[in-house]
Amino acid sequence: MAGYNNNQIKPTPPRWLLAELTYSCPLQCPYCSNPLDYASYKTELSTDDWKRVLTQARKMGAVQLGFSGGEPLTRQDLPELVKHARELGYYSNLITSGYGMTEEKIVQLKEAGLDHIQVSIQASTQELNDHIAGTASFEHKKQVAHLVKKHGYPMVLCVVIHRENIHQMPEILAMAEELGADYLELANTQYYGWAHINRDLLLPTQEQFEKAEAIAQAFKEQVAGKMKIYYVVPDFYEDRPKACMNGWGTTFLTIAPDGVALPCHSARELPGLECPNVNDYSIEEIWYESKTFNFFRGFDWMKEPCRSCDEKEKDFGGCRCQAYLLTGDMYNTDPVCSKSPEHGVIGQAIESARVAALAADEKPLVFRNSKNSRGMG
Amino acid sequence: MTINPQLPIRFSRTHRLQWEEAQQKFVILYPEGMVELNQSSAEILKCCDGERTLADIVTELEQKFATSGLHPDISAFLEVALNNGWIQQ
Repeated sequence: MAGYNNNQIKPTPPRWLLAELTYSCPLQCPYCSNPLDYASYKTELSTDDWKRVLTQARKMGAVQLGFSGGEPLTRQDLPELVKHARELGYYSNLITSGYGMTEEKIVQLKEAGLDHIQVSIQASTQELNDHIAGTASFEHKKQVAHLVKKHGYPMVLCVVIHRENIHQMPEILAMAEELGADYLELANTQYYGWAHINRDLLLPTQEQFEKAEAIAQAFKEQVAGKMKIYYVVPDFYEDRPKACMNGWGTTFLTIAPDGVALPCHSARELPGLECPNVNDYSIEEIWYESKTFNFFRGFDWMKEPCRSCDEKEKDFGGCRCQAYLLTGDMYNTDPVCSKSPEHGVIGQAIESARVAALAADEKPLVFRNSKNSRGMG
Repeated sequence: MTINPQLPIRFSRTHRLQWEEAQQKFVILYPEGMVELNQSSAEILKCCDGERTLADIVTELEQKFATSGLHPDISAFLEVALNNGWIQQ
């Protein structure tokens, strides 16, 4: 393992652990952030492996824990893992589609020590929700949201926003209010994984974004004190990149279903990182010593215009995965930045999506399922 | 929102106040978020047990730290806490 240079400051420990328990999922959302070839990763960590990972990361200082996937409810050992996490002092977040959730399970997870359940809904109408999810799930999701509230959890409703549902913004907000959400996450699609290949069909126009954002902002003021709104900005319409992951290897640690440790959940797409596996190394070795986690730490890896930029400590050059996907070079400045010499690719993506939206013969969405995944290998 | 001096104050049931050994400080945990607290903020929040009012908390902390004149600071902090949803009345 490479290790960090001795002349660098010792990295901060992880605070956030995202446990992707499985890639299996009954939904088929075409913007899923799982890797395109997820079907080729067949092995899953055992219950004992996960317990060891949770214990090691907690000892280093990780405190926020997300149980995610895929659909984490498909893991039968979820209550056991939640219980272990609670004993260690984690704040546990369950990030679920709600599919397969029952009242009995909601109670069981509460007793095990789960702190919060985030339920995703794909749209404000049954027809569109079920189309995007690729599964009839709308009424059940609303029922789950009610049950989450009933049993005293803070309820977070998550809606991923894209061109197919952005016109429903007023109805989505009304639905969140009706369901009594404590938090509403309006997550503009980030274009990685499946969303990247479906971008022409998902990326809204600037006019659509601005209209939806104005509606969401007005609502935010209206419900202040009752509901908190997390608004994930659509970075294609920004002129500075996001401070992705709060900086590489500073805060976030993702463990994929097969035990591969990642500095962000998309990092598997980057070439040559040789991501370590928790079956071979401890979390402490992975975090401090691995080549992967040191790859983009600090500022030495940067090329121009980032290297001499006075904003580099603010955004860390943006997102490595986005630089790779859009410019072919993961060391480049995130092209969202208007200082990037390749910033033009963003304009091209926006234009390409606009043309696709106006075309009469729009291509169908590629849904996230095992059949499509096997064709991506 | 402002603190009602008549009513007891309790820490939110949907947040968690916890000592973090790795950070050597108290934190508030909530869905996908964390607030790091300094010592005085943590001392105030630990008093929000659903029985004590603002005046009770001031008395308690002035006694504990053998000082006086804490009312304005405690009141201002509790108002911030109330507006962030960390405490309720």
